[in-house]
Amino acid sequence: MGDSQYSFSLTTFSPSGKLVQIEHALTAVGSGQTSLGIKAANGVVIATEKKLPSILVDETSVQKIQCLTPNIGVVYSGMGPDFRVLVRKSRKQAEQYHRLYKEPIPVTQLVRETAAVMQEFTQSGGVRPFGVSLLVAGYDDNGPQLYQLDPSGSYFSWKASAMGKNVSNAKTFLEKRYTDDMELDDAVHTAILTLKEGFEGQISGKNIEIGIIGTDKKFWVLTPAEIDDYLAEVE
Amino acid sequence: MQIFEYNGSALVAMVGKNCFAIASDQKLGVQLQTIATDFQRISKIHDRLFLGLSGLATDAQTLYQRLVFRHKLYQLREERDMKPETFANLVSAILYEKRFGPYFCQPVIAGLGDEDKPFICTMDSIGAKELAKDFVVAGTASESLYGACESMFKENMEPEELFETVSQALLASVDGDCLSGWGGHVYVVTPTEVKERILKGRMD
Repeated sequence: MGDSQYSFSLTTFSPSGKLVQIEHALTAVGSGQTSLGIKAANGVVIATEKKLPSILVDETSVQKIQCLTPNIGVVYSGMGPDFRVLVRKSRKQAEQYHRLYKEPIPVTQLVRETAAVMQEFTQSGGVRPFGVSLLVAGYDDNGPQLYQLDPSGSYFSWKASAMGKNVSNAKTFLEKRYTDDMELDDAVHTAILTLKEGFEGQISGKNIEIGIIGTDKKFWVLTPAEIDDYLAEVE
Repeated sequence: MQIFEYNGSALVAMVGKNCFAIASDQKLGVQLQTIATDFQRISKIHDRLFLGLSGLATDAQTLYQRLVFRHKLYQLREERDMKPETFANLVSAILYEKRFGPYFCQPVIAGLGDEDKPFICTMDSIGAKELAKDFVVAGTASESLYGACESMFKENMEPEELFETVSQALLASVDGDCLSGWGGHVYVVTPTEVKERILKGRMD
């Protein structure tokens, strides 16, 4: 990783007991585009804003929601390049698990291993923490699951959560709207409404991304046309 | 001197109706000398998964220790027992790791999978899996065991009949092999219980 000049950890404790680099990483996350996830009784939905810097950018080439395995998907808030690195590492870990056990990796195990990678980067020489928080949505033998992973490497299971710019409003909105027996379709509608709350400009299938996984245990990202259908239902 | 015949062994696993049996001989030898007459070749990984290891005894012991280690960590991390198919894949991967300096063992894996479906398999010393629906054999007496099992096996045997069949097949086969014998050790596993029995055969 580093040569002898940087073979110490750049993330060091402050006198108050905080790791300042991680706090800064969370700030980077907090200024990223809003993303959220909702766990329904029969599936999970994750969604994010897809605000591109200019109308000239080809929005079909940008995909913020990625799948890690056929039954686990992930979305982020924060730095896109850091997200790409984590997705690559997670996919590799999932495949290594499959090679060893010929079984699809349980969601909790993949989350644990990804979080371990994120923690490594807070305690290794010459590296900085990742500037992303992840929302991992999956469906395995333990049912639908939603996990949030922070730059520190801590992870939590959520019924519904939001990250990024509009996090406090979004979370308040979700707290009011969330019910334990929500179905997947209701969850998608709620996700869209939550994104709409803090959205600047006209929401459409081209500037948000939604990924869902249901009882069929297949994670897929909705096409802009499908998103527009849901948007029409919400109006 | 053949390395797989140094210690001598006989192992067989057979599928019954919602149950399985796994049996081994009890002799541990060093070439022509008998050292022990109570050697354990079959070990329990968990209540529904058993592993038998034939071949070189030292490698069998070390391999068993490594596999138990891996399984215990798996249980702690995943808070569940390993399925037999998963365990078989793990054994295969661990054996292949030593592709150019292998463990001189041939494992026999037997377990109850999802919905109490019995699962048996064997593999060679570098991890080539061989799944079977009826029976698998391993060890110095394997050729006799193939013959005995092929003629005695019937589908969907109840636990008691399965025990009889496995025992007869094992004792008949080890009698024809000078490197295995001194009785048998049979486990018959159903979803509710594990019955362990010692057989008395020709003690030689």
